[in-house]
Formats: sequence, structure tokens, C-alpha cells
Amino acid sequence: MADTVHTWVPSLQTAGARPSTRRGLGKFLRQRSTIAFLMCLPLIVIIFSLVIYPAFYSIYLSMLNKAQTRFVGLGNFSFLLSRDVFWMVVWQSAIFALSAVFFKAVIGLITAHLINNLPAKGQRKWRGMLLVPWVIPLALSSLGWWWLFDPTHSAFNWILKSLGFNEIAWLSDPYWARFSVILVNVWYGAPFFLIMYLAALKSVPEQLYEAAAIDGANAWQKFIHITLPMMRNIIAITVLFSLIVTFANFDIVQIMTAGGPRNMTHVFATYSFLLGIRSGDLPLGAATSLFMFPILAIAAIFILRGVRKRGRDIA
Amino acid sequence: MTSIAVAVPRSTGARRSLKRSRRWALITSYVFLVIFAIFFLMPPYYMIVTSLKSDAEVAHMATNPWIIANGITLDQFKLLFTQTDFLIFFKNTAIVTVSVVVITMVVSVLAAFSLGRMRFWGSSILATGIFLTYLVPDTLLFIPLFQIVKAIGLLNSYWGMVLVYPTLTVPFCTWIMIGYFQSIPKELDEAALIDGAGHMQMLLKIFIPVALPGIIAATIFAFTVSWAAFVYPMAFLYSADQQVLTVGTVTSLIRADVYKWGMLMAGALVAAAPPLVIYAFLMDYYIAGLTSGATKG
Repeated sequence: MADTVHTWVPSLQTAGARPSTRRGLGKFLRQRSTIAFLMCLPLIVIIFSLVIYPAFYSIYLSMLNKAQTRFVGLGNFSFLLSRDVFWMVVWQSAIFALSAVFFKAVIGLITAHLINNLPAKGQRKWRGMLLVPWVIPLALSSLGWWWLFDPTHSAFNWILKSLGFNEIAWLSDPYWARFSVILVNVWYGAPFFLIMYLAALKSVPEQLYEAAAIDGANAWQKFIHITLPMMRNIIAITVLFSLIVTFANFDIVQIMTAGGPRNMTHVFATYSFLLGIRSGDLPLGAATSLFMFPILAIAAIFILRGVRKRGRDIA
Repeated sequence: MTSIAVAVPRSTGARRSLKRSRRWALITSYVFLVIFAIFFLMPPYYMIVTSLKSDAEVAHMATNPWIIANGITLDQFKLLFTQTDFLIFFKNTAIVTVSVVVITMVVSVLAAFSLGRMRFWGSSILATGIFLTYLVPDTLLFIPLFQIVKAIGLLNSYWGMVLVYPTLTVPFCTWIMIGYFQSIPKELDEAALIDGAGHMQMLLKIFIPVALPGIIAATIFAFTVSWAAFVYPMAFLYSADQQVLTVGTVTSLIRADVYKWGMLMAGALVAAAPPLVIYAFLMDYYIAGLTSGATKG
């Protein structure tokens, strides 16, 4: 790598030094801001062609008919809004995201505190153990959960039965199916909160707690008056970020229930996959996924504010 | 804690009670951590147990499903490697992941160096824009990208994945690399400039070695994201010879109406192994990289 650059840099300089009309170009190429822009160019190309262009193309696509031959305006959107299934998807997505993020945040906060209480030597080991769910690719662990919930062989039902309880139809009863997909999401996402909170806890100055201890504060008071205010910004960023990721989640529902039973577990991502890819109505699928956009945009604006504020605090 | 005991003079009895309450706090912490560890580790444990059982034991439910009662067998893994397309999926995933990691690191290190250290007209807006594109989920883009990939002729080809996965990896990798490059003291590049180093030399000889922890973190991120990607292959790939591990394991290992759960779990475990191994060795770099994005901003 280094050798090629050695040869490349002098050649650029000689090109610029050549007394010809190319001097102007050479000078332009050697200018700091031009080099900086050229270094960014691959990134700009990727973002424009694979994120920004598709996003706008999606809006155009959502206004065509199924065969993509005719412009139908907002026809797809009004069709969706008139369907009961779509409204169920809206509610389920909201319930799914809000409850999952709430429990992830609570479990993440509790486990981060528990680990932070341990002697420094053991912390790494426990953190590593509790991070496992987040490292296994979600599609594969969802498969494992599916097997745990299997209607005839469920290992959970074996436990329930041996304790004398009734079996639960985890994935075939609509309400238990909703519970199950949320449970898996909490299992997968809580470790992310754990590491964010643990890092934030470590950044709270120890003197604050010592001062509070001298004033006779108990553990709960220390948490309310020192830990929470110091971590407020991190908690906000993590919650909003997780809200976006959870709201747009696809893997868990697609693998465990594929939206069933009776479309009760569909979220935006799986429903637009069903309409757009499985049924081949790309415009309708695009319209469905675009309904995610306003919610994501609001969360994104707040995250950006939090991140910028954080930057200012440090500067 | 000892510093408090020194700062506030107490009787020995009070100090002992403080010590005792401290010990109780520690014990309670361990008890709850064990409960959470059981919750977090139960599915992988059950996957391992299932993959080591014989088909007969999995199907008959005569014994406790949480333990291996009739002896450990590696038949499921043998079956997985010889009777299925699993190794093709593995090879495809490895090709896609390595290509995506290389593309991502070249693109994002160059861009982060330029945005973090050099600045040009519009560079701060671009940096914010990159952060925003990181927040655009794949489930919002897979339908328009389906059309685009189809138009290019890469539908049902794993090279299509190499094309679209960078949308998942490049924004965040650039974002954390900007943070790392900005944390390097300004004096370093001034010294390099005085010594007559070009920008490329500066990047390769000074910034990349100094920001190595960040580069490792970004590489791990790109690796785990491409390895685990599910939406794009699910939408764009449909024949077995082009399939990747996540979708292949979940869809094509399931044959007809017979679920061979032992083999499925063996497949899921082998497919999950590379990210787990990498993370076991490089966890600290990865976590430092991830949390720095939020704590440093």
C-alpha cells in the first residue's frame, strides 16, 4: 500500500511542475479542498445513488399502479388507509416498538448498574456473557426462538407442563404471538442499551458520588439526582436510536410468524415485504414502507439535536 | 469506599455495618445477574443442546428437552455439511462479507479523513447528512432498491448484495472514523506537513496507524452487519447457488413438511460462529468504537 503511494505522489507533483497548460489543472488537483472533495467522492456516490435516489424513487414508485404503467397519484395511500389490516399494522408497529424499547431500556439500565456494582475484575466477563444475544445474527437467533416456541415440541411448554400449568400456543394464538415477538426483540436489543449505559456510567465522575455519600444520600437518591441527570442525553439518544431500529425491524416477525396469525403480528417492514415482494405489487409495498418515514424523521431530528448538544457540551 | 470511611470518622461498628451492607449489595447483584444471564443465554444454550441430539430424541419428547439424555452425536453437523447447500451459502456469505468490508473501509476511511481533518465547502453539512443516512433503515429502501438491482441485472446474484450492503455499513463506519480522526492532535499533521508529506502519505503513515482502534471497530461493525444482513438477501436472492447464510439457513434448510430441527440448529450455530469468534477476541475495540459515537458525539 505504502509503496504505491510513494510512486503516486511524486508523479502528481511532476505533472503539476510541467510548464504547460496542464499546470492550472495540476494546481487545482493539489489544492487542499479539491483533494478533500475527491476523497469524499466515493462516499457521496454511494449515498446519492443507493440511499437518496432510491428514497425519492420510492415516492415516485408509490404513485404508480401495480403493473407500473399508469400514474395513480395518492391512490395507493388512500387504498391502504381504507383497509382494516393496514390500521392493524400501524397499531402493531407502535405497540411492538414502544413496548420493546421500554423493556430494553429498563433491562439495559438494570443490568448496567448490576455490572457496574461488581469488582472491576469480573465486569468484563459478565458484560461479555450478557452481550451474546446482540452478537448472534438476529435471523439465526430468531430461528432458535422459533424452535423454543414450536407448537408441539416447545421447550417452554415442557417446563410449564412439568410445573403443572397449561401449555401456551406461543405463536398460533394472536396475543401470545404478539407477546413472543416483543419478547425476542427485548432479548436481542437489551444488550445494546447495556453497553451504552455502562459506558455512560463509567463517564460519571466518581467525586459526585463521594460528595453525595458524605451528604448521606442513599443509593436511590444517588441514582435519581446524579446518575440519571448525567446520563440523560445518552439515554435519550439510545432510546430514539433503538426506536428507529425496532420500528423498522423485519427479521423477528418475518421468521417467527411471517405476520400471522390473522395478520395480527405484521409490522410495517413485513407487511410491505408481503405486498411488495411476495405479491409483486411494488408500488403498494413502497407506499406501505413510506408510512414509516414521518415517524423515523421525527426520531432522527431529535437524535441529531442530542448528538449536537453532546458535542457542544464537550467542546 | 475506603475514602469515605476515612473522610467521615465512624465507630468500628458503623464501619462493619457499611461493609456488611456492601457485601449484601454485591450478593444481590450476582443473584440478579445470574437471572438475567439465564434469560440471555437460554436460546443459544438450547440451540447447542438441540444440535447435539439425535433426530429420534428431538422428535419424541420422551425426555427433558433441555438436556441431552441419549448421548451426544455430531450427526446433525455431518448431515448439514454433506446433504445440504450450507457450504455454498457459507462461501457466498464469505465472498460478500469480505468484499463489503474492503469497499466500506476504503470508502469510509478516505471520506472520514477528508471530513474530519481537511474540510471543504459543504463538508459539515455532508457529515450531518451521513449521520442521517445511517438512520434510514434497510426496510425503507429494499423496495426501490429491488427495482434498481433488477435494472442493473444483479437480481438473484450475490454481487447485488456487494452493491447494496454498503448502504448499511458505510455511513456508520464513516461516522465513527470521523470521531477517531478528530481526536488526533492537530500538531501531528502540522509536523507531517512541515516535513513535506502529502495528504495521502499523511493518511497512510500517521492517521491510519494512530486511529487503528477505530479502524478495527469499524471493520468489525462492517463485518457483523454484512454477515447478519437479512432483508436485502430475502428480497433479492431466490436460488440456492446465490443464497447467503442467514436466508439460506432460515428458508432452504427447511424441507417440505419435515422440520429437521437438529440440523437447523446446527446450521444456525455454524452460521453464527464467525461473528461470535471475532467478538470474543476483539470485544473491547468494538464496544469502544460503538460507545464513542454517542459519548464523544
